[in-house]
Amino acid sequence: MKSCEYQQIDPRALSVSPQSAQSHPETKAQRPRRKWEVFPGKNRFFCDGRIILSSHSGVLPLTLGLIVVTCGLFFAFDCPFLVEHLTVFIPVIGGVLCMFVILSLLRTSFTDPGILPRATPDEATDIEKQIDTSGSSSYRPPPRTKEILINQQVVKLKYCFTCKMFRPPRTSHCSLCDNCVERFDHHCPWVGNCVGKRNYRFFYSFIISLSFLTSFIFGCVITHLTLRSQSGKSLIQAIQESPASVVELVICFFSVWSILGLSGFHTYLVASNLTTNEDIKGSWSSKRSAEDSGNPYTYSSIIKNCCATLCGPMPPSLIDRRGLCLLKRRPLLHTLQRSSCLRSQPRMTQTWRRTVRTSLCPAQPEGAPCWFMCTQSTKDVLERMLYSSDFHTVCPMGPSKTTPLGLEVPGSMGPPRAPAICPRHAIPESAGNSCTTCGRSRKDSLHSINPAFRLASPSPSLTRANMALSDTQEDGFIPFS
Amino acid sequence: MDKKTHSLQELQTPPASSKIFIQRDYGSGTICRFHTKLPSELESRVDKQQFEETMQTLNNLYAEAEKLGGRSYLEGCLACLTAYTVFLCLETHYEKVLKKISRYIKDQNEKIYAPRGILFTDPIERGLRVVEVTIFEDRSIGSGR
Repeated sequence: MKSCEYQQIDPRALSVSPQSAQSHPETKAQRPRRKWEVFPGKNRFFCDGRIILSSHSGVLPLTLGLIVVTCGLFFAFDCPFLVEHLTVFIPVIGGVLCMFVILSLLRTSFTDPGILPRATPDEATDIEKQIDTSGSSSYRPPPRTKEILINQQVVKLKYCFTCKMFRPPRTSHCSLCDNCVERFDHHCPWVGNCVGKRNYRFFYSFIISLSFLTSFIFGCVITHLTLRSQSGKSLIQAIQESPASVVELVICFFSVWSILGLSGFHTYLVASNLTTNEDIKGSWSSKRSAEDSGNPYTYSSIIKNCCATLCGPMPPSLIDRRGLCLLKRRPLLHTLQRSSCLRSQPRMTQTWRRTVRTSLCPAQPEGAPCWFMCTQSTKDVLERMLYSSDFHTVCPMGPSKTTPLGLEVPGSMGPPRAPAICPRHAIPESAGNSCTTCGRSRKDSLHSINPAFRLASPSPSLTRANMALSDTQEDGFIPFS
Repeated sequence: MDKKTHSLQELQTPPASSKIFIQRDYGSGTICRFHTKLPSELESRVDKQQFEETMQTLNNLYAEAEKLGGRSYLEGCLACLTAYTVFLCLETHYEKVLKKISRYIKDQNEKIYAPRGILFTDPIERGLRVVEVTIFEDRSIGSGR
């Protein structure tokens, strides 16, 4: 093995390169953005990412309004009479139920239902490679499924074209929110959010407590009107004395049946460890194949199913809304200033250790500067490899082999003979000639510019380098194009 | 066009990196569990038993986080009684175990895998979908993926 010369790159020097500053206007530092600001799904965020809501908030304001108005009328018009004639516990119980309902509703609406973050470009490419072994690509491949065994039962996993991954079992893609949600139950317009793994228990407690509240208010209003009409007055007179009670009566009458019905339905789902989605589709119905008709997720005990669904451990949010994105910059130009015509090669072990050691900084959301440095050092290594003057010795692939594997990459189908610009020196390269400054050939420019190259499978060295570089895109870096 | 591979020494280039992804194992249901089989790309770098031990420990830690037992039921009931406001103040058991997992992965990286040019990424950073293993290569690029 040749002895290699170790050349350390000072990260501080990279940021003060005058040539890069003038060659691209975005090199100055920007405010680090939080991940919720660049979230790809159709969600709205409040309180700097602490609260998440679907963009289709449906009739959540109506739901809240109905509950608040009904409870307000109840406390204002019915409670004084009932406290006087019955007991003081009526408004207390009403108050507790009302609080519980509103808190559960808000918790259901503002909680991440179990959104799965989309696959990184590297993951997507990896999955594509496993699927598309033939190498040919069509505009839209046929639906992809993968069969797995869960508790001795065959379950089909579908590929999500939006999120670029095989959906885990019980996960479904909500078209309204444009997210894959774990243990997807349904998208509820009344709460303005999907109901999934993380907020199902809140939703269930909301509908159960709302059933109690509605029934309680309904019962109290009937009692109120009955007591009024018993003291020598007719019902009409009683209604005239307390018109608000009629309003409450109407609201409660029409909602109590649907809410009680919904509560009963969801109690059945909880007891059998099913989701609304599975029940509607009849995934585990006995009418289907006689052999594999059982629900593979049930614990075969109602109590255990209930406990698992409602009292199980609270899974964390996977989307890291408040984590920081890396600053957008053009790392290639910075690195190129330092590595122009770099022919030496860092000592392998030292580079590994330096790269890996700096990459070991825990990727905490608030530790962005640390992570920035970690990724930067790794990327420097890879970029030097790509743009060193010896790059042209890696044999380039012809245009046909840079066809992407069915992934949507902007500009991926660009003409193979597009005018190329030497990325190092921003000097246009004429056809057939190489950059006069660094000897970089045109073919190399094609590979670096064509983003499809990252996704296709040319020579292995370029694949890895570009795949690693594609991380820069994921992390907020703008690749040179 | 020809597809050739060149050894790194010929190119005189710094080490490249590649990534492999260890997928979830859904054989036991939706609990968080990863395949423990050593991928072929790592066969030359890592001892099979060591790798399996790492993955099995990770699986055990995730199982501990998701365990249905007295503690999780108590936590669930307490949360229900407080209208789920208790989660705003307290850290859940799951979150505590996730921190433990982060520390474990960091520890394994530092002690065992980094000297071999391998880096494990915490699965929580990938939405608990995959365990991403980055391989830093210094030899012929023809090896691996």
